[in-house]
This record gives sequence, structure tokens and C-alpha cells, in this order.
Amino acid sequence: MSQKPQVPAIDGWHTMTAQPHLIGTQCERCGTYFFPKQNEYCRNPACDSTDFREVELSRTGKVWSYTNACYKPPAPFVAAEPFVPYAIAAVQLEKEQMVVLGQVVTGVGVEELKVGMSMELVLETLHETDDDIKVTWKWQPLAQ
Amino acid sequence: MSNEIAILGVGMHPWGKWGHNFVQYGVAAAREALADAGVPWQDITYVSGGATIRCGYPGYVAGATFAQALGWQGAEVNTSYAACASGSQALAAARNKILAGECEVALVVGADTTPKGFLAPAGGYRPDDPDWVRFYLGITNPTYFALYARRRMDLDGDTLADFAAVKVKNSRVGSKNPLARYRKIYTPEDVAASAMVADPLRLMDICATSDGGAAIIVSSLEYARKIGKANAPRVAAISLVTPTFASSVVEMPDIATDSAAAAGVEAHAYRASIPLKAYEQAGIGPEDISLAEVYDLSTALELDWIEDLQLAPRGEAAALLRAGDTALGGRIPVNVSGGLACFGEAVPAQALSQVCELTWQLRGQAGDRQVEGAKVGITANQGLFGHGSSVIVKK
Repeated sequence: MSQKPQVPAIDGWHTMTAQPHLIGTQCERCGTYFFPKQNEYCRNPACDSTDFREVELSRTGKVWSYTNACYKPPAPFVAAEPFVPYAIAAVQLEKEQMVVLGQVVTGVGVEELKVGMSMELVLETLHETDDDIKVTWKWQPLAQ
Repeated sequence: MSNEIAILGVGMHPWGKWGHNFVQYGVAAAREALADAGVPWQDITYVSGGATIRCGYPGYVAGATFAQALGWQGAEVNTSYAACASGSQALAAARNKILAGECEVALVVGADTTPKGFLAPAGGYRPDDPDWVRFYLGITNPTYFALYARRRMDLDGDTLADFAAVKVKNSRVGSKNPLARYRKIYTPEDVAASAMVADPLRLMDICATSDGGAAIIVSSLEYARKIGKANAPRVAAISLVTPTFASSVVEMPDIATDSAAAAGVEAHAYRASIPLKAYEQAGIGPEDISLAEVYDLSTALELDWIEDLQLAPRGEAAALLRAGDTALGGRIPVNVSGGLACFGEAVPAQALSQVCELTWQLRGQAGDRQVEGAKVGITANQGLFGHGSSVIVKK
């Protein structure tokens, strides 16, 4: 096992806890959620607020759709050699009324996914550098 | 008061991977359109160019670049960037100038030379750029098309055979189009044997990127009458609407949709909203359409567009396809040019190429691809960053 520290691949987009959450913001006035975070202007056309609070988004949701990547994406993606295809899910968060994309955890393929099924957010390695392990959020089928 | 303008001439440089400068394709298309219109270049008083933006690539000065290449003659110029809708936005700029009475006859032109391989963002660590973020996380363009395709399968019962049938249909008619890049007729077996790219989409379900150029000469109806072309096809509507907050569909290159959690906010599907304004502006409905040219970035996306244009109820486009209704000779032929499946996408030229095809069809000049009795045609496309367009052309 590697002794390298685990660090987020993108700073500040999710907690590093055992039950991780994506970190977004919410408009103080109209309640619209933003992920990635929005702190400068509310994009709801009926709201001109500039006040936001940081919030943890729901860590479970339902599959809106799914696919996979059979070919290695170009940089800045850092691929393992040899490249291993991975599934991707778009998951609908009920409270936030938004859909968030992410890879699906290693070992779960498209044949195990279905529109409407329940998923939860987990952290997994995106890639390693000489100094650390970059982790990111991924979707995992929710155990019944 | 009519808001219509006349289409006097159209021209295209064949699509391919020619490796020349994009200006060459635009000039060739423009000269062909001028000859088709019978209008001398010196009479054009407005040049409206469709542009693309790609890492210093000079397409963003399209209007002036083409005007200089054709020979400076004092015309005013415009350059429009609207991603895949750049050509339609350039056409709308020319229409505005004409309807304002400031120009009688204008050239609208778009052309592109595409780089090889994946389109990738600039390097570094740039989490503020959604395009950088999604590539870093392993989400490429086919991901989005595949998500839409999978929803059709899980919710509407579409099958891989349906998607393959779109490719087969378009390759059949595209094989008759000398301007198309891919002219081979494919079978369902060919599609099934091609490599899976983003499940359920295979290589042959996804369009390529190409070099190409398209140009249109447009004028006031009065000018058209004056030069004996009173019966030229007309642009009856151009919709360039942006999305309405919030989004119900995750759009390239975003990692998430806009939240519809606020009171009074509903989630809207952008693609379906684009043709609404076009129908309203032209004062017609989907039942009046003879044929459609839609942006088939993937085979499954052609089926989405058919429903977005309201040519079929939601979820029923595949039934239309299976019945042969969307093929040449069917009730409502879709992509009789061969579509992006046969052309590959040349971004700033593509929306104009759709209008070129409708023009040939409405004139009855489409040869082997002719839709019998074509009277009204509609185009539809959607690109990055909230850009999309729909143009209605009628006799």
C-alpha cells in the first residue's frame, strides 16, 4: 500500500470525510443551490442576491442517466496504463433539484446501472502523483 | 409587414479533411453562392461571417477575413460567434441589416478547418473552467450524447438497432450527396461491429469533425424582385433563444445542472425550447413542415430533435423511424443531406449548410435526394454555452 497522503483532486469541492459530501453554495435569498460553488451573483433570473452560504449537498440521489468511457480521455485526464474503462453517472439530487455528473466507482459497469436507481457519493482515487494520491467524488450504487 | 428575406444563392465547399486554411473553403463557397445568385461580389454591401474560437485560431475575425480574401470593396462586416449556431447568428445579423433598410444584399459565410483527434482544453490547474474540470474528471463530449441516448433506452424503449437504423438511413441518402465527406452506405451490421465509445454509442453513432465551408446570399424581397428572383425561397424565421433557468438536462461542458430548488423556478429542457420561437415567428406549426435538417451529433440525438421539433410526441421518434417516416420518401424526411453522420461537424459552417440543403430542396434542385413537393423546411442545432438555433425556410 502506498504511504502517500490522500488529497482532493480539486480543492474544496467535497469533504474528505468517511461519508463525503459535495460542497456547494446556496443563495441566502432565493435558496438556489450552486455546484460548483457560486459566491458572486445568483443566476436565478428572478434574484439579484450577492449573498451565499456554503452548504454540503445531499450525498444520495437517483440515476438520471449513465454511460462509460471506453477510450482514454485526453489531458488533463491522467490515465492509468493500461487504460481501464470506467462508468459515469448523472445523479439527480432531490432536495437540490439538480443533476451532478461523476465517475462510478471502480468495478461497477453500465450493465449494473439503471435510470432511477439509488446512488451514494464516495471518494476514490482519480490518479496518483509522485507526492500524493488525488481523490475525487464518485457515485456508488446504494446498498439496499 | 413581412420579416422575410430572400435566399438568392447558396454554395458549399465539399466537407472533408482537406488540411487547407479555412479561408479557402469560405471563399470557394462564397463564390459559388454569388454565381448561384447571379449577384456580382461588388454589389454585396454586408459580409456576415460565422466564427469559431480555438486557441488562437483566427476564425474569430471571420467577416473581415472573408471580405479581404474576396477583395476589399467597402462592404460593412460582422463576425458572429455562437458555437454551433454561429452560422445562424451571422444569418440573423444580415437579416437585421436588411430589414432595417441598411443593406439590400448580403453575403453570409462560415468555414472551418478542424484539428485532428480529441478537442482538449488548455493545460495547467484551472478548476474555474468547467471544460478543464470535466476533462480532468474523465468526461468527454461523447459522454453527454451517451447520457441522452441511454435515457431514451431506459425510459422510451429505444434500442441499439434504432440508433443503428438512423446511421443506415442517413448513410443511404448521404451517399447521393457529392458535398458529403462520408459517402459509403452502412448496414446495421457495420454499426454493430464498430467500437463502443460511450455505451450505448459506438463509433458509427457519433459524428466526426470536418473541414468545410458554406455561404448564402440573402436580400430584401424588393431586391429579389428587382433582379427577377421574386420566387426565391425565403428565410421565414430564425430562433436564437438562450436557455431558461433552470436546466433539466446536463449540458456539455457542465458538471451539474442549474438547481431548480428556488420557489417559482422550474427545470426546462433547452433543446425543446429552440424551435418554439421559430414556429411562432413564421406563424406555422410542425404540421406544416415538409422536411427537417437537425444536428445529429449522435444517431440517438436525431431522435431527440424530432421530438424537440414536435414532429413526433415525446418518446415516439423511434416509432416514426421504424415506420420509415423520416427517410427520403417518408412522411417527414429528416436529414436528407445525410446529416452530420455523413458530413462531420464544421462548426461555423454547419448551421449554414443546413439552410443550403433546405434551399436546394425547396427549389427542387436536390436531384436524387429530392423531397417531393417540399414547401417548408426547418433546421435545428445546439452548441456550447447556451447557443442554439432553428431556421425556417419556405417557398
